[in-house]
Amino acid sequence: MKAITGNRLSDGAVVYLRDDDQWTTQRSEAARFDDDDIAPVLSAAQLRVREIADAYIIDVSADGAPAGRTIIRETIRGAGPTVRGDLGLQAECCA
Amino acid sequence: MPLLKLFGSDFAPALEEPLQEVSLEDWCDNPQAHADATALVIENDIGVEHFAEDLSSFRIIILNFPTFKDGRAYSQARLLRERFGYTGEIRARGDVLRDQALFMVRCGFDAFEFADEDAAAATAALAEFSFAYQPAADRAEPVWRRRLDRPAAA
Amino acid sequence: MYRYDEFDATLVGERVAQFRGQVERRLSGELSEDQFKPLRLMNGLYLQLHAYMLRVAIPYGTLSSLQMRKLAHVARKYDKGYGHFTTRQNIQYNWPALVDVPDILDDLAEAEMHAIQTSGNCIRNVTSDQFAGAAADEVEDPRIWCEVIRQWSTFHPEFTFLPRKFKIAVTASQNDRAAIRLHDIGLRIYTNDAGEVGFEVIVGGGLGRTPYIGHTIREFLPKKHLLSYLEAVLRVYNLEGRRDNLYKARIKILVNAGGVEKFTDMVEAEWAAIRKSEIDLPAEEIERIRAYFAPPDFEALPAESAALEQKRKGDVAFARWLRVNTVAHKASGYAIVNISLKPVGGIPGDISDVQMEAVADLAAQYSQDEIRATHEQNLVLPHVKKDDLYAVWQALAAQDLATPNISLVSDIIACPGLDYCTLANTRSIPIAQRISERFADLEQQEDIGELKIKISGCINACGHHHVGHIGILGVDKKGEEFYQITLGGSGAEDASLGEIVGRGLSSGDAVSAVEKLVDYYRENRQDNERFIDTYRRLGADPFKEALYAAA
Ligand code: HEM
Ligand code: SF4
Repeated sequence: MKAITGNRLSDGAVVYLRDDDQWTTQRSEAARFDDDDIAPVLSAAQLRVREIADAYIIDVSADGAPAGRTIIRETIRGAGPTVRGDLGLQAECCA
Repeated sequence: MPLLKLFGSDFAPALEEPLQEVSLEDWCDNPQAHADATALVIENDIGVEHFAEDLSSFRIIILNFPTFKDGRAYSQARLLRERFGYTGEIRARGDVLRDQALFMVRCGFDAFEFADEDAAAATAALAEFSFAYQPAADRAEPVWRRRLDRPAAA
Repeated sequence: MYRYDEFDATLVGERVAQFRGQVERRLSGELSEDQFKPLRLMNGLYLQLHAYMLRVAIPYGTLSSLQMRKLAHVARKYDKGYGHFTTRQNIQYNWPALVDVPDILDDLAEAEMHAIQTSGNCIRNVTSDQFAGAAADEVEDPRIWCEVIRQWSTFHPEFTFLPRKFKIAVTASQNDRAAIRLHDIGLRIYTNDAGEVGFEVIVGGGLGRTPYIGHTIREFLPKKHLLSYLEAVLRVYNLEGRRDNLYKARIKILVNAGGVEKFTDMVEAEWAAIRKSEIDLPAEEIERIRAYFAPPDFEALPAESAALEQKRKGDVAFARWLRVNTVAHKASGYAIVNISLKPVGGIPGDISDVQMEAVADLAAQYSQDEIRATHEQNLVLPHVKKDDLYAVWQALAAQDLATPNISLVSDIIACPGLDYCTLANTRSIPIAQRISERFADLEQQEDIGELKIKISGCINACGHHHVGHIGILGVDKKGEEFYQITLGGSGAEDASLGEIVGRGLSSGDAVSAVEKLVDYYRENRQDNERFIDTYRRLGADPFKEALYAAA
C-alpha cells in the first residue's frame, strides 16, 4: 500500500496525509491508499505549496509501517535520528 | 511576458517593438541574407569571443537563460561589454527572475524579458545591495575603492 | 581576526533582509518550492530528513569567543541545544524552522557571521589550515588571502550560477592541513627559489563519485595577481564546464576531460586578457586586510614551562593528552591545543551549547579570544601559554572535550549519513561510534598511532572516505545497509585516493574489518611506520587477505 508524506513548510516537520485531508505528524494516522489510487492524491497534495515543502509517495504495509526499498530511510525519518533517541518523534512517545 | 528596460537604476516597461531576430549561426552562414535583422540571438554554448568583432552592427543582442541555474550568459555578457566594448542593448531571455536581476545588471544586461515581474518589484530588487565587493561590467565602484576614498580618520 | 567594517556589515545585513523577503514570498505561496529552493540554498538552508538544516559559514575556520557564544545561543534558542561541525569548517543546525531562519541570520549577523554561499552552485566558504597564524611551519598567515577571496567571491555576479559548487582551500605550509589537492582550487603559499612569496595553483581536485587529485596549473603566481587569476579560472569553468550531467559538472571533469594542458592554456589566455583590470586589489587594501591578522602580542616566555613539566610528570592522563592533542606553536612558551569532538562512542563533530560556551570561556581566558574549526571536525585553541595548559585540560575534561585521540583511530570523520541526510544510502555515525568503542583503550590507540578513518553514507563523499587511510562507504543493497572498505587514501600533502578492497560488509563486519586491518598492521609494521606507510610498503594484497581470510 501507499501513503503520502512531506515536510511541513513552516518548520520542516515530517508530516503524513490523513483521511480527512489534513497533515499529521503521526505516521500511524496516515491514510493508506491502494497503489492504483495514489497518483491523483499526490498531484493534489503537491498543489498545496503553502503547507508543505514537498510531497512524495512512500510504500507502507497494511498496518501503516514503512515498507519497500526505502524502509530504513522512512523509519528513521518518522522516528528521529537513531543516534539521538532523545530527538524526533521517538522521544515523544515513551518519555 | 513584460519587457523591462533599465533606465539608470530603475526598470521601466518598454514597448515591444517588433524585432527582426537572427540566430548567430544563421547570420554567420549568410550575413547578406539577414542584413535587415535588428537583433542577434546568441545561445549560451557559443563562445562570443569568436564573433565579437562583427557584432557592433546589431542594436540588440539577446542572450539566453534556458533555466536560471544555467549561468553561462553572465560571462557572455561581461565579455561583450568589457572585452569587446559592445554598447548596444543586451537583453536577457528565458528563465529571468527578479532574484537574479542585480547579477544580470552587474554583468551588463540592460533589458529583461521577465516572466512576471512588475517594474517596481524588479527595481526594488536592484536596490537590495548598496555595494559590490568586486568590479564588473556595470562599473560599480568596488568596496575596496570606497575604502580607499573614505576620510582617513573615519 | 578580521572585523567587519561598515561595508561588510551593510552587505551581510542586506542579505538577511533580502532572504527575509524571499521567505515571506515562499510562505505566502508567491514562490513555489522549486523557485525558492535555490534561494534558500544560497543561504545555506537545506531540507533534510527530519527538518530543515542550516549551514553557517565559519570563514577559514576562525571564530572569536563572542562568535562561539552566538553559535551556542542559536543552538539553544532555535535548535535542539547542539550543532554539528563539518569537514568544511562550517557548523550545521539540524532543526531550525523556516519561519525562524531570518531571525537566526539576524542574530548571527550581530556577531559578524552569515550563511552566505554555504550551498548552491557558487563559490563556497573558503577553507584553510586550522593552525593558521599559530603554526611553526607556515610562510605567512593564509587567512589574509582567504579573506581577500571571501570578499571577491561574495555575491560575485558572474559566478553565482556555476555548473556546480566550487570550493577553494588555502594553505601556507608544507604540511597540508587543508586538503588543497582535493579542492576545486587549492592554493599553496610558498617561497620560491628567487625568495618571492606566491601561490602554487592547483585545480581540479575533488571527491564524490569520481575522485581526482588536483593538478598544478601554475607553479608560481605572484600574490598580487591572485584574484584576476581566480577570475580567469572561474570564467573558463563557467563557460566550458558541463551542465548536462550533474555528476560531470565539477571542474575536475573539465580539467581531466580535455587534459590539463588544454585547460591551463585556456586559463592563461583568459588571464592575459584580464590581468591588467581592476580585479586585483591594490596593495593598500591587502595591507588593510593583513593588519587584521597581525600576530597577537605574545609574551616573551621561555620555551619550557616549569609548571607544565611538573604536572606532566605527576599526571599520566594529562601527559597523554599533551602528547596527543597539543602541537608546537611558533611563539616560544605557547602551544596549540586541539579540542577533540570525538569522545568514545560520541557523534563526530557534535557539540552542545554548554560545551560551546565552555570553549568560548577558555578562548577568552587562555587563547587570545580565538578558536578554530578543523576540517577533521574538531576545534582548536590556537594560542595557549604552556603555563596554562593544565588548567585548560582540566576545564576541557570537565566538558568531555579532552579525549586524547587527535589523528588516532577514534578521531573519525563521519558525515551525517542516514540519521539526518536525505541523500544517504546508509548511516555513518553508528559505525564511527562502534569503531571508537571497539578501540576505546587509549594506550592501544596511541600504540596504533596515526590512523585516519573516514566514513561517508553515500558516494557524495562528504565524509572524505576516498582519502581515509581506511575509508568506509555506505552502499544500499536491496534496502539493507552495507559498507565498502577503501584503503590507502590520504588527504594530506601526500594525497592519494584509496583503493576499494572487496565486497561490501554488514555494519558489524565493517567494524571487525577495521580491527583485522589494524591487527595486521601492528604485526607487520617496521620501526615508526604509520598504518598508511605500512600499507604503501606492502601493497593492498596482504591487507585484503587479512580482511577476507576465514572470518
Ligand atoms: C546533510 C546534508 C548534506 C548534503 C545534502 C550534502 C550533499 C552533498 C553532495 C550532493 C555532494 C556531492 C557534490 C558533488 O560532487 O558535486 C557533497 C560533497 C561534499 N560534502 Fe556534503 N552534504 C551534506 C552534508 C555535509 C557535511 C555534514 C559535510 C562535512 C562533514 C559535508 C562535506 C562535503 C564534502 C567535503 C564534499 C566533497 C567535496 C567534493 O566533492 O570535492 N557535506 N555533499
Ligand atoms: S556523503 Fe552522502 S550521506 Fe553523507 S552527508 Fe553527504 S550526501 Fe549525505
